[in-house]
Amino acid sequence: MLQGWVIVAASFAYIGLLFAIAYYGDKRAEAGRSVIANPWIYSLSLAVYATAWTFYGSVGRAASDGVGFLPIYLGPTLMIVLWWFVVRKMIRIAKTNRITSLADFIASRYGRSALLGGLVTVIAVIGILPYISLQLKAVSNSFQILLQYPEIVMPQRTGELDVMKDTAFYVALFMAMFTIAFGTRHLDAAERHEGMVAAIAFESLVKLVAFLAVGLFVTFWIYDGVGDIFSRAARQADLRALMAPFGGAAGGYASWVWLMVLSMLAIVFLPRQFQVAVIENVDEKHVKRAMWLFPLYMLAMNVFVLPVAFGGLLLFPLGTVDADTFVLTIPMAHKAEVLTLLVFIGGLSAATGMVIVETIALSTMVCNDLVMPVLLRIKALRLTEQRDISSLLLDIRRAAIIAILMGGYFYYLLAGEAYALVAIGLVSFAAVAQFAPAMLGGLYWKGGTRAGALAGLAGGFLIWMYTLLVPAFARSGWIGSEILSRGPWGIELLRPTELFGLSGLDSTTHAMIWSMLVNVGLYVGVSVLGRQAAAEHAQATLFVDVLRQATEPRAGSRWRGTISASSLQTLLGRFVGPARAAELFSTYARERGFEHAEQLEGDGELVRYVELHLAGAIGGASARAMVATIVEEEPLGIEEVMTILDEASQVIAYSHRLEEQQRELEAAKRGLEAANERLRELDRLKDEFVSTVTHELRTPLTSIRAFSEILHDNADLEAEERQRFLGLVIKESERLTRLINQVLDLAKIESGVADWQSARIDLREIVTEAVGATSAIFRARGVSVETCLPAAVPEVVADRDRVMQVLLNLLSNAAKFSPAGTGRVRVSLGAEGREVRVDVQDNGIGIDAAHQAVIFEKFRQVGDPLTNKPSGTGLGLAICRRIVDHFGGRLWVESEPERGALFSFTLPAADPVEAGLEAAAA
Amino acid sequence: MKKPGPSGARLACVFLLGCLLFSFPLIALFNVQGRVFGVPVLFAYLFAAWGLVIALVALLMERRD
Amino acid sequence: MSARILIAEDEPSIVASLDFLMRRCGFDTRLASDGTSALEQVADFRPDLVILDVMLPGRSGLDVCRAIRERPEWGSIRVLMLTARGGSADITTGLGAGADDYMTKPFATRELVARVRSLLQANPA
Repeated sequence: MLQGWVIVAASFAYIGLLFAIAYYGDKRAEAGRSVIANPWIYSLSLAVYATAWTFYGSVGRAASDGVGFLPIYLGPTLMIVLWWFVVRKMIRIAKTNRITSLADFIASRYGRSALLGGLVTVIAVIGILPYISLQLKAVSNSFQILLQYPEIVMPQRTGELDVMKDTAFYVALFMAMFTIAFGTRHLDAAERHEGMVAAIAFESLVKLVAFLAVGLFVTFWIYDGVGDIFSRAARQADLRALMAPFGGAAGGYASWVWLMVLSMLAIVFLPRQFQVAVIENVDEKHVKRAMWLFPLYMLAMNVFVLPVAFGGLLLFPLGTVDADTFVLTIPMAHKAEVLTLLVFIGGLSAATGMVIVETIALSTMVCNDLVMPVLLRIKALRLTEQRDISSLLLDIRRAAIIAILMGGYFYYLLAGEAYALVAIGLVSFAAVAQFAPAMLGGLYWKGGTRAGALAGLAGGFLIWMYTLLVPAFARSGWIGSEILSRGPWGIELLRPTELFGLSGLDSTTHAMIWSMLVNVGLYVGVSVLGRQAAAEHAQATLFVDVLRQATEPRAGSRWRGTISASSLQTLLGRFVGPARAAELFSTYARERGFEHAEQLEGDGELVRYVELHLAGAIGGASARAMVATIVEEEPLGIEEVMTILDEASQVIAYSHRLEEQQRELEAAKRGLEAANERLRELDRLKDEFVSTVTHELRTPLTSIRAFSEILHDNADLEAEERQRFLGLVIKESERLTRLINQVLDLAKIESGVADWQSARIDLREIVTEAVGATSAIFRARGVSVETCLPAAVPEVVADRDRVMQVLLNLLSNAAKFSPAGTGRVRVSLGAEGREVRVDVQDNGIGIDAAHQAVIFEKFRQVGDPLTNKPSGTGLGLAICRRIVDHFGGRLWVESEPERGALFSFTLPAADPVEAGLEAAAA
Repeated sequence: MKKPGPSGARLACVFLLGCLLFSFPLIALFNVQGRVFGVPVLFAYLFAAWGLVIALVALLMERRD
Repeated sequence: MSARILIAEDEPSIVASLDFLMRRCGFDTRLASDGTSALEQVADFRPDLVILDVMLPGRSGLDVCRAIRERPEWGSIRVLMLTARGGSADITTGLGAGADDYMTKPFATRELVARVRSLLQANPA
């Protein structure tokens, strides 16, 4: 009954069921009641790891080397123990940054590098092609075998290649359409596909049930339990060897360990595993249960591999049936039609599950990280101005899906026949393992740089191509096989499978050792030697510290630019469709308590929101570029620089500021101290002044009072004596009056309330007048006065009376201190540059250097040498100096003891051109 | 603040135990002919060890604390 | 025998008034216009009382007073200090230096005479 049409019909019915499940899943997701939001579905979706390789290939591998298939599942079992740290971190990062794929993740980590995203995409696509070809081979082989039912005939490729008659080609086409229908129906869910996940989980159940059914059938129907199978097998020497295979069929322990390492990396870095484990994850708590449920699934999937393999080996004569087909051919041999069909469906499940998720993940990468960055940079396409390019995005993804599956088909054509299923899959494992250094380093080492990641990935990938891809092509005869035996250009040291003479290892182990050495070496080396750009550093910190951040990093708050909310909505609309954009905006508005999206402001948070949703559609690097086209942001780097400042320099800046403030405070304190000191000095001076003035006032007052009382009490005084006493009273009264006047005068000058007159005056006139006024004093002391006046001097602007006061003071001093009788005083006047200078020279006792400075201070007078008694009030010169200072001149003394003294003062000459104005003003 | 979830140290221990159980030299001890309950020693050992690791993880992850 | 009074004061008009007042009382007077000559006169004239201005040029009145008190043989000499500074601190300093009495300028002549008489009477010699 198993005609071709039955098989095809069953296949389509099954696919139809998957569609129904996916449709239901999507509907539920739209209604907000996710069917996949539970740890069981999450765990089952992870089982997309079990592909046709597992379904058919494990038995094949077991038949050739016993336990050799197990590391592929033991590795993930170990790795998943660490998921609580590694994958949870990835999930957190992916959700925070709306990561759409593995390439997006790596590109984002290293400063949203489009180049890196592209490289990762290329590696992923090329690396995964063998894996896809494996699925095509498995499905087409099983289909061809099934068509021969009940005969068991191994499919043989005919000599000439006729693509149009090749089942695998139609399988590839069929899968492409199927994937397109599944994964690219709509774009709005962006990076997540709930329906697909639901279907994948269902497929995982189907393939498990199918395989367990075969296992039970073989073990308990055909044979009498596992003991029966193994005891029969133990009687055959070649099968006995498989039971303790190390050192024999399974090769060394090194291959075993390397396979385990390889699959540990594959379970994280295979694009489809990253898709289901990280991108499609609903809640990171689901990881918790998956950590034991998924290994348990793998255990169940593998528990009957060995019985089936040994059963098949016992059943079929050696070499007649390919062990990779035992799962199908054993039920066929026993005419178990329903089981056979179930197995076919199970195999189809395993293959389609893998192909769907893998190609969707890859097509997202190709679209977001390879095609879009290029298209957006081609200005001629004017993509940034189109209203809605979401359909373009879908078309790119559809094309990518077809291209990837066709690529897988051509790999199958070129290399598929030469290898067993598992060997083909391992080539892909080795390829995705190249992502490990950049990914794990990026998660835990802030120092990893973009250049390091690029170098490591490129180096590792080139080694992978040379050591795994080239031999595969060589063995299949596509390129000359002499490169394997003699090396390129006859250089044996460079033989792809024994690079630099490293021999004795299987090809995968050999490739892993060299590619990882180069990859890790370049990644670490270039990172350490190079320098991180600001953008990279910001992202590195964001990624490595993601678990430490309590909430979403508010990167948007660092954005400093201006943009209207509506232009952001338009931008988002171009990529996800205007309706979806409007919906997203109103959701956003509602969350922030606005009624309408129109009320939103284009702040940093909204930009971030838009960028995140764009990233969901076109990837992080492109999203950033798109936002940058409309957001007038500061030049690239400011935001990142701010992050770094936030992190480290803020502390430094803060302490700088503190230091600065402290310095300012100290300066202010010093200023205050100085001011305080000055105030205290002023206070002390004032006290001293008051005290001195008091003393100076009391002295004449004492005499006046004493003589007044004497005159009052002694009426009998002689007239002569009375007259003398009255004369003293009058003299002391005059002294008192003078003193009071001068004190008041000085006080007025110092407090700035003095009444200054300003007029153009001729100093010759004033000097002449002053000498005339003091001539009586000079005559009385017998001192001669000589005046020396030039014919003309420039006029000065000053107060006539004040200048007269100065001259009188200087002249009376000169008279006082010149020796009586022999004294000579010379007054001279002259113009000096822009100044007019007056000199008063005497031939008196002179002033020693120590006193020259202080005589101009208040109450500092040099005593009369004869009486050693100060004469005058001690205020005269102080007042003179202030007067001269007021008019912009200088007053000083030059003298030596016993050599006379020269008092001089200058006043600035008036500007001749202002003469008229000055006169008018005066 | 206490972090939710299992202790990192215990998980790391399980990981290291698994590494030890699944690799040389321990598996070399079981790379011999002979059967337990009809199953070849190596096969029985690997599946038992596998089951043990899964059970330990399940214990750690599902325990309420 | 009439009491001997030394007047140590640098302001001539004040000296003149003090000299008149003391002579009027019948005392024998000597004059000194600075600290150094004041001490010379003390040694030479052996006054019963010194009217001593605090602000003397040369050695100050306080100095002169201390110098007098340092000599036991001059222990009987009364010292009346005169100052133009009237603060209580100045009075304390003056008395601390060994003065018997203290008056601020300007003084009442009758009070001055009364104090001089009183100081001279208290003198056991």
